[in-house]
Amino acid sequence: MRTRLVAALVAVLVTTGCGAQTADRDADKKITVLAAASLTESFDRIGALFEKANPGTDVVFSYGGSSGLAQQITAGAPADVFAAASPATMKTVTDAGDGGAPVTFARNQLVIAVPKGNPKGVASLAALAKPGMKVALCATQVPCGAAAQKALAAAGVALKPVTQEQDVKAALAKVKLGEVDAALVYRTDARAAAADVAGVEFPESASAINDYPIVALTKAPNRSGADAFVAFVQTPQAQQVLADAGFQRP
Amino acid sequence: MTRLRSRAPLALAIPAVAGLAFLVLPLAGLLIRAPWSTLPQRLTEPGVLAALRLSLVTATLATALCLLAGVPLAWLLARTTFPGRRLVRALVTVPLVLPPVVGGVALLLVFGRRGLLGGWLDATFGVTLPFTTAGVVLAEAFVAMPFLVISVEGALRAADARYEEAAATLGAGRWTAFRRVTLPLIAPGVAAGAVLCWARALGEFGATITFAGNFPGRTQTMPLAVYLALEQDLDAAIVLSLVLLAVSVLILAGLRDRWLGTS
Repeated sequence: MRTRLVAALVAVLVTTGCGAQTADRDADKKITVLAAASLTESFDRIGALFEKANPGTDVVFSYGGSSGLAQQITAGAPADVFAAASPATMKTVTDAGDGGAPVTFARNQLVIAVPKGNPKGVASLAALAKPGMKVALCATQVPCGAAAQKALAAAGVALKPVTQEQDVKAALAKVKLGEVDAALVYRTDARAAAADVAGVEFPESASAINDYPIVALTKAPNRSGADAFVAFVQTPQAQQVLADAGFQRP
Repeated sequence: MTRLRSRAPLALAIPAVAGLAFLVLPLAGLLIRAPWSTLPQRLTEPGVLAALRLSLVTATLATALCLLAGVPLAWLLARTTFPGRRLVRALVTVPLVLPPVVGGVALLLVFGRRGLLGGWLDATFGVTLPFTTAGVVLAEAFVAMPFLVISVEGALRAADARYEEAAATLGAGRWTAFRRVTLPLIAPGVAAGAVLCWARALGEFGATITFAGNFPGRTQTMPLAVYLALEQDLDAAIVLSLVLLAVSVLILAGLRDRWLGTS
């Protein structure tokens, strides 16, 4: 009995070992990209273009709040590329020695996202502070929240949100669901959700423009793939996708 | 006999020790990596205390809500027969296996501002539940109530119904029999269910952040604070996690007769 159990254990170990090896071979063609939630639509399209231009490669994305992704990387997440929504979050990664020199590849600006048709007639940041208005902001820990604080300070508006969401998509979702009257989100997110929400531009957003840096990670399992993807994001083809989504050129 | 039993075959001992290490090591990791020198300052930061207080209050209120509705529900399931009872029992246990985020979305669709009931609540009473502390209690109760119902139903099935029948023959009404006979009989089961329910409510994350949002002091409970702290400061997240770990261990210690064994 014992020998049989040990044999089974050995068999399991051997097969999983082999599995890991084949996975490693696949990794040559796989590029794992951790990207800010606000890049979701653009990077999905850029990833598809990249795979078309490099047959056989497989770009896998994990989207989330930039700061959380940065923490995952410094904790050793096996990723190849990191694209953040702010230089501050990128800095936590490069300071930890997990990335070389990042490149700024896009810039983004905030807008006020309101339900389609703008039922409350929101036209300015000040309107958000009116009593009875329910507003969702990003938490100050994530870039869209930091940008929102900067814009509100520039406008001199003291705003008490009903919730501080963990990333920009979560804030936008609360507008889509109709649970809040407005949220401060990136222009690109409002545009991506144009079927459900409208974006109201406001002048103070100019003082809170976010630079998006991208970097190939030092410990990337697929370093050549990482470099190729970072270079691809800067090509006119990829820049056009970003421009279509509402990003500005750096 | 005892010597024979105490010698485990190697093929069992090795995976058993591996399993134990797997469960205990992460907890040890929290203790080892904790920033002990700055712990006192970090624990007394206003944000931490606010989140802890909110967590304790909402978990307690959610447990009270679960007791009020869950004990009668368990009684209905254990002591009566009605068509579709099996279906009802299955439905009661759904939140146990449902991903909490799904629960949060479902709550939004019913109690949200545009929800089935929420729209009416808002129009009639001007009451909106999302983004309020009441919303947190609701989310926690939704996820935790099955733990109480299952626990109490089990206790009711184990309790001898003949005591209730005897009370009835002595002239007690059903309500009196429930209050004076059944409830004292199942009290330990109710208590254990309530503690389990409270612990589950305390740890609730997914339904809360989805339904009630995240606002410090109003809807930001400890698990939410841990998650957001992780966005910026690993040490802060570790400290908050330590607090939750301590509370959980205290609960288990309080239930030692039930789960830690007495021998």
